[in-house]
Amino acid sequence: MKILVCISNVPDTTSKINFTDENRAFDTQGVTYIINPNDEFGLTRAIWLQQQEEATVTVATVGEASCEPILRKCLAIGADNAVRIDAFPEDGFYVASQLAAYAEKEAFDLVITGRESIDYNGGMVGAMLANYLEMPYLANCIQLEKEGESILLQREIDGGKENLKGKLPLVIGAQKGLVEEKDLIIPNMRGIMQARQKPLEVVTPIESEASSSIKSYEKPPAKGHVKLVDTGDIDQLIDLLQNEANAI
Amino acid sequence: MSVLVYIETQNQEIKKSSLEVASYGRAIADAKSTSLIAVCFGLEDSSQLAAYGVDKVFVIPTAGDIHFNAERYSSTLVAIAKAEAVDLLIVSGSANGRFIGPLIAIKFEASYFSNVIGLPTAYDPVEVKRSCFTNKAFNHSISKKDKVVISLSSNSFGLHEKAAEAAPVEGTYSPSSFSLEVVTVEQSSAKVSIADADIVVSGGRGLKGPENWHLIEELANVLGAATACSKPVSDMGWRPHSEHVGQTGKPVASNLYIAIGVSGAIQHLAGINSSKVKVVINSDPEAPFFKAADYGVVGDAFEVVPELTSKLKALKEA
Repeated sequence: MKILVCISNVPDTTSKINFTDENRAFDTQGVTYIINPNDEFGLTRAIWLQQQEEATVTVATVGEASCEPILRKCLAIGADNAVRIDAFPEDGFYVASQLAAYAEKEAFDLVITGRESIDYNGGMVGAMLANYLEMPYLANCIQLEKEGESILLQREIDGGKENLKGKLPLVIGAQKGLVEEKDLIIPNMRGIMQARQKPLEVVTPIESEASSSIKSYEKPPAKGHVKLVDTGDIDQLIDLLQNEANAI
Repeated sequence: MSVLVYIETQNQEIKKSSLEVASYGRAIADAKSTSLIAVCFGLEDSSQLAAYGVDKVFVIPTAGDIHFNAERYSSTLVAIAKAEAVDLLIVSGSANGRFIGPLIAIKFEASYFSNVIGLPTAYDPVEVKRSCFTNKAFNHSISKKDKVVISLSSNSFGLHEKAAEAAPVEGTYSPSSFSLEVVTVEQSSAKVSIADADIVVSGGRGLKGPENWHLIEELANVLGAATACSKPVSDMGWRPHSEHVGQTGKPVASNLYIAIGVSGAIQHLAGINSSKVKVVINSDPEAPFFKAADYGVVGDAFEVVPELTSKLKALKEA
């Protein structure tokens, strides 16, 4: 089984978000980058399949050379090889078209993307990639088990979950639940040393045009002060929620 | 060029988020001086859409296919959009809406914008404001394509009634060659889901253990609210992951969010940024949540919450 895990390089979840160039660009100063958490849940599931099913795991990203540290981290976690498509990821459509051009040649059985990146939150790469590869797509995937020739899957829906049955090839949008937080693999020294020897291929992008562009950014308006209510005056809290906030 | 909205249903009822999408679609159709078309699947009575400005409703007979089918639904929507000269297609921000949105966009050769807040600020080309960095910021995006698919952030536009004809037309259900089938659906026992709730009551580590969750549930019951939790609570297995609110969990865009014993880590606050009114109850006055909240009580949840619940109960019964 050949697995492709698509990786996005995103600011750490604790990052303060600021903009520069008159709010036209994200300010990368002082920002630490991590593997997009949804992608990391997917990668961990792929590593389990590598161990159980003798699958090979390739990780791929669309990005500039500054993304290579997270690809090395994926290799240290256990991926067999990494691919960096050497282009600036302009939008989700552009990223999907680049990943598709690479994946088409490799005949992957299972393609894993995160349900969305935590920076641009586009939530589109998996679905678009699946369409290019003519494979079915499952969003918000929280379970994937191989049972003979079948794949048993679970999707989180609003207020519940859906159990599905399918076959490979398949594209999924991974999220927490597919593996648990405690299952995430922290690379050990041996993994880190091995990662240095594993192949990291740089691929030239294909001709493709983004379907959208970002004109500007803005931050949410500053929050006013909290109104504190005394513990002995819960009636006041109810009154504020009813008559000032119109919330109940 | 007309506007098309995908209407979601559950147990033969139109979801509130879809009525919001219809309201939003009507406002766009008015701005563009065009008509609004709705598409729904397997719905017997679509007359409610007449109150939300829908001119024409395609009702798709889904035969034995009783579950949401992303592949067949998206193909059906694109076929109708092409036949009806649609250039703007809108889906909700629900799990299904966000699943189907990018599938529609790629098949329709349209650009796709998720988490959109408010009406487009321009139409030629389409320009929208959307949330990004998991609600820590917004961006203004411009479409480079003539056709656009929008996923509207839930509870960001509201319901706006406007009378229209909502003339029903029977449509054709597109086939799929994929063998990905829904076997069963498990609905959680909670009465309201986080995505659909007007009010969300959320608990954190301050509640000390899963055995104390009745405090959260009782308050939620009185308010008709959904229950949620912080990341540590779901990671420790006190509550299911489906209740985890935050950057790697669910976003919440409710009218009222009540956080009890939640400290307010930056990832949690990002997830609830779109909620309108935020209340925090926490014994630690230094908890970061107080900086993000509208109303706060510095006090012991085990005393404050039961009192709040019983007073609200008395009020509802009065």
